[in-house]
Amino acid sequence: MPLTASQNISSDGRSSATVRSLLLRGLRKTYADVVAVDGVDLEVMPGECFGLLGPNGAGKTTTIEICEGLTAPDSGTVELLERNWNSHANELRQLIGIQLQETQFPDKLTVEETVLLFRSFFHRGVAVDEIIRMAQLDEKRKSRVGGLSGGQKQRLAMACALVGDPELLFLDEPTTGLDPQARRHLWDLVDDLKKAGRTIILTTHYMDEAERLCDRIAIMDHGKIIALGTPQQLIASVGGEHIVEFALGTDTNVDVASLTGIPGVQSHRVDAGLHQLSVSELHTAVPLIFASLKGQGLALSEFRTHSATLEDVFVGLTGRNLRDE
Amino acid sequence: MSRWQESSLLQLTLARFRLFLREPEAIFWIFIFPILLAVGLGIAFRNRPADVLQVGGTTPQLVQALNADKGLSAKQFDEADGTHALATGQILLLAIQGPDGVDYKYDDTNPDARTARLIADRAIQASAGRRDAVHAENQLIHETGARYIDFVVPGLLGMNLMGSAIWGLGFAIVEARQKKLLKRLVASPMPRWQYLASYLLSRLVMLVVEVVAFLGFARLVFGVPFRGSLLELAFLCVLTSLAFSALGLLVASRAKTMEAASGLMNLVMLPMWILSGVFFSASRFPDKIQPFVRALPLTAANDALRGNMLQGMNLGQMWPQVAILLVWLIVPFAISLRIFRWR
Repeated sequence: MPLTASQNISSDGRSSATVRSLLLRGLRKTYADVVAVDGVDLEVMPGECFGLLGPNGAGKTTTIEICEGLTAPDSGTVELLERNWNSHANELRQLIGIQLQETQFPDKLTVEETVLLFRSFFHRGVAVDEIIRMAQLDEKRKSRVGGLSGGQKQRLAMACALVGDPELLFLDEPTTGLDPQARRHLWDLVDDLKKAGRTIILTTHYMDEAERLCDRIAIMDHGKIIALGTPQQLIASVGGEHIVEFALGTDTNVDVASLTGIPGVQSHRVDAGLHQLSVSELHTAVPLIFASLKGQGLALSEFRTHSATLEDVFVGLTGRNLRDE
Repeated sequence: MSRWQESSLLQLTLARFRLFLREPEAIFWIFIFPILLAVGLGIAFRNRPADVLQVGGTTPQLVQALNADKGLSAKQFDEADGTHALATGQILLLAIQGPDGVDYKYDDTNPDARTARLIADRAIQASAGRRDAVHAENQLIHETGARYIDFVVPGLLGMNLMGSAIWGLGFAIVEARQKKLLKRLVASPMPRWQYLASYLLSRLVMLVVEVVAFLGFARLVFGVPFRGSLLELAFLCVLTSLAFSALGLLVASRAKTMEAASGLMNLVMLPMWILSGVFFSASRFPDKIQPFVRALPLTAANDALRGNMLQGMNLGQMWPQVAILLVWLIVPFAISLRIFRWR
């Protein structure tokens, strides 16, 4: 299935006359000898939660910082809410909310003082009380930022991003470095924002996060978008909903052709001694896989199956694992 | 929330105050340390009554003659013991009875020993019958304004204004840059000029507390004089603080780490601690480097503060110092606005 931005938009039945929250065309940015962003085209519609997924160094942060007006692209068009940074910078700053990677707020200010400070920058916005409640920081209201946990600090960053009641919200790796419980807590917060109809653009290198939160996802690698679509579309693009993984006791050659010839098996690849098959009809394919391996006189040391995930999409597209990097 | 609470300039300035007041070390260095330094120097360099000088003589007649002068206290030594006492600093001078007169043994590079030589000779000649050709009386004065503490208080004030401005701005800005807070702030709609203005505003308010506490202490405890206009003194303090704030901003405008900033600050301040006449007059340095010494902002500030407090000069008489401070305010501020790194 072809997955390009324009086709995806038309398949959603939206016309190009719809007001886009974000439009990127031919975006390019080079640092010294590294091409960080290499021709990115994107469109994000109002009310969407859009994810940029990719390994570290894929160009996600550079892309999002160009959108935020923090970095100037070498070439290409950036349009936010039908405005651009050259002529509407002050207006745009009032309309967007930003959470950056690794911002450290002053340790000796309290939660309330920090939110109040950021609230003062916006002409209109949400009351400080309300935003603290929304970020579930009520109990920590009078606490100094230095005493907050990682998850609480991240929710404070979220509160500072939301305090201007933004039309477009940018979250750059919102859960990186958090423990599993704090991550789920933050996901709930993003869910609430989605229910409230906010347009959100987030970057992550956690595929489960992208799958759980995003309506649409662009997978980035080496500065390019290599796949774009809903999580379901992307997973379907692997060719099978299931992945069969097996390893052999001895390092022997497998007759790949006889495996891929089995009905329902879509593809085969080997990674560090682990064979992976993408399979559409698990219940009929698995007995045939066993038979084929037995017929070749091979002994299994491992065998398991799981539903295909975005990780498998990334592996299928790049031959590399997302989590390794 | 009322209108004034929503002002971002006010919130930024309040944040600066809160961060400063919640940093106990900063309060010590800016408010307490200069006062401790003034107390220490005041005690060390207090004006004592003229010392009685310790001397020695080799005969009872000589000792008696020397003790007859109120400025001397004499003991009898033989020549060997006396030489040892000289070498160990117990006495400043040894008067040795020779066959045809008196020999004085002393170190002529020691000012006290030279004084002892003059008094000892006067005492011995007087006991031998010399009479003064001209009758003389002494009128003693101990004037405030000429003491060391009077000299050092304006110098400490200048040094303190320099330190609080450069440290206050430099560290806070570089820390905010290092923690990516600057980047977060410029990603928000905050007007950038307000961020820098909040530093200057909080500096000016802190300045009032700092200067009033220090000078009030110097006035009450040491009776340091204020001979010039207090309004002009306030103007000089504000001008000095702003000039050093501009320098602090320049130091902080590019540095990415605290270590780099700290090194730069020391590089800027160390020459001025030494050259700019905080603890001793800057005119002691050789003529060749005087133009450089005079052009330093701390020299100009110290000269102007001393001119106002000790000599009662007005701003018109001190225009070169005021002009030097203005240049140090405008040039670094203009450069740092151009090269400031927000991320």
